[in-house]
Amino acid sequence: MTDILAIMDHRRGELRNVSYELITVGCQLANETDGKLHLAVINGAKEFAEKLNREGIDTIYTVDYGQEFNHDVYTQAIVQLYDTLAPKYILTPNSVNGLDYAPAVANQLELPIVTDTIDLATDGETLIVTREMYGGKIETTIELEGMAVVTIRGAKWPMEENPGDAAIKPFDVEIDEGALGTMVNGFKEISGGDVDISEADVLVSVGRGIEQEENIDLIHELADALDATVSASRPIVDNGWLPKSRQVGQSGKIVTPDIYIAIGISGAVQHVAGMKGSDTIIAINTDPNAPIMDIADYAIRGDLFEVIPKLIELSK
Amino acid sequence: MKVLVTVKEVTTIEDGFEIEGTKISEKYLSTDLNEWDDYAIEEAVQLQEEGIADEIVTVTIGPEECEETIRKALAKGANRAVRVWDDTLEDTDLLDVSITSEILRAVVEDEDPDLVLMGVQAADDNFGATGVFLAKDIGYNWAAVVNHLEHDFEDGVATVRRELESGVEEYTDIELPAVLTIQTGINEPRYASLRGIRQAQRKDLNCKDFVDLSINKDSIESRLSLTEMYEPESESDVVIWEGDAEKTAFQLSELLREKGVVG
Repeated sequence: MTDILAIMDHRRGELRNVSYELITVGCQLANETDGKLHLAVINGAKEFAEKLNREGIDTIYTVDYGQEFNHDVYTQAIVQLYDTLAPKYILTPNSVNGLDYAPAVANQLELPIVTDTIDLATDGETLIVTREMYGGKIETTIELEGMAVVTIRGAKWPMEENPGDAAIKPFDVEIDEGALGTMVNGFKEISGGDVDISEADVLVSVGRGIEQEENIDLIHELADALDATVSASRPIVDNGWLPKSRQVGQSGKIVTPDIYIAIGISGAVQHVAGMKGSDTIIAINTDPNAPIMDIADYAIRGDLFEVIPKLIELSK
Repeated sequence: MKVLVTVKEVTTIEDGFEIEGTKISEKYLSTDLNEWDDYAIEEAVQLQEEGIADEIVTVTIGPEECEETIRKALAKGANRAVRVWDDTLEDTDLLDVSITSEILRAVVEDEDPDLVLMGVQAADDNFGATGVFLAKDIGYNWAAVVNHLEHDFEDGVATVRRELESGVEEYTDIELPAVLTIQTGINEPRYASLRGIRQAQRKDLNCKDFVDLSINKDSIESRLSLTEMYEPESESDVVIWEGDAEKTAFQLSELLREKGVVG
């Protein structure tokens, strides 16, 4: 029997979708061995537990302590839930906040941790994990015995939708306030900038393959010829070659244009998360193994510095 | 203040690589300084230039071959380096974060830094858990995915911004001593100067094994085993155009015409 404890993800008063994916994964693992799935909502709004009451959940525990996210509160609460429920696996989101507490939980409970998983199976003894390496160029299978902390990648699994009848119970925790070493003081949203790329019909998006800042002009020229908007992947923004408001991906904007032209973009998972909803995806890349090829509809395998000037000529 | 920066030499794979069992064939592998660590080094060097950090020590777990990568960090401005290696690690893959953490903990106990800067993740295994795991292990405070650090540390507090998803940043205060995991884009990593490269050759690079660090070899056993490695199956039915740029550009422009992008 494999009981699961899944930690729900929410931020600034909103549940995040990965929570519903955690229910799907937790339910699957519990079912494989006739175990139970428990959820924990830590410092969430009152209505979260109701919203999360989906099929396959045994009990939803709510923990009320403080307002903002605090990894020490999360860690202490999860350790106490673990001591009470003795689950085999603790599932958390592989979100920025998930990665801020899950390793600490693993450390305190002396459990192994495996992160950013994209597939999971268990026979009750061994956990078989699929995860990527090298930015998605390789997949690996990892096996581990016994209890574990597991973080799951979001936007990878279906979201459980059927309503359920789980019991909702408050769970009292004792928080050692002396051990809270961090404090959240506020938030900042990246401003819209000059252009809202999420409104564009056609995006010409540039990545590391452009090599140098002065080459970005070529991309602007193509965008002008196509009456399109320029966006970028993370390294271009990290380098300061385009403003943050142009960044597509997990930490930037989610875009869903009619046409998305990915130029010199390898397609790391964080980038793909921001553009996979585009109607038609076109990649221009020299690397046939680049993960962008997996989601592209059309691809030119070739040197962007040869292809783009020709394309500009043909588009005028 | 003393800053410890973890520096990992990562493997990179070339196009057309082949997999043999659970390893990538040697001839397609090269090595590099982990990109995230490059930003962590830069942040430390800036702290030193501003007179906030007195000393920057790097720590690397790896065999002698990775000293070239360590010298890169020294050339950028770190003062000295510690490299940890032990025969026990020859046949251990470091997937189990607790092993890496145990080794780094021993170095932290030796060095007693005020601030530990680590990359958010390593470019090869993309695990992203070592920094927070280590922080909890050594009783330091921490913040994961930091993309801005205030350089004042008033009252022994680090003020940072954490990069959350969807363009949201969180302002957080962390009491020192602390571990911060550094996100790319927090600064612009410098290239080493020629002078820096020359100086790096003379900087102290101290090698330690498990005996030096009083690490019990028996505790080094990975609970995670890598059993398969393969190229992901493509679910895509992508139409690929290749060959002459004139031809491929024409095919794409025809498509764009069909879609109404080009008139």
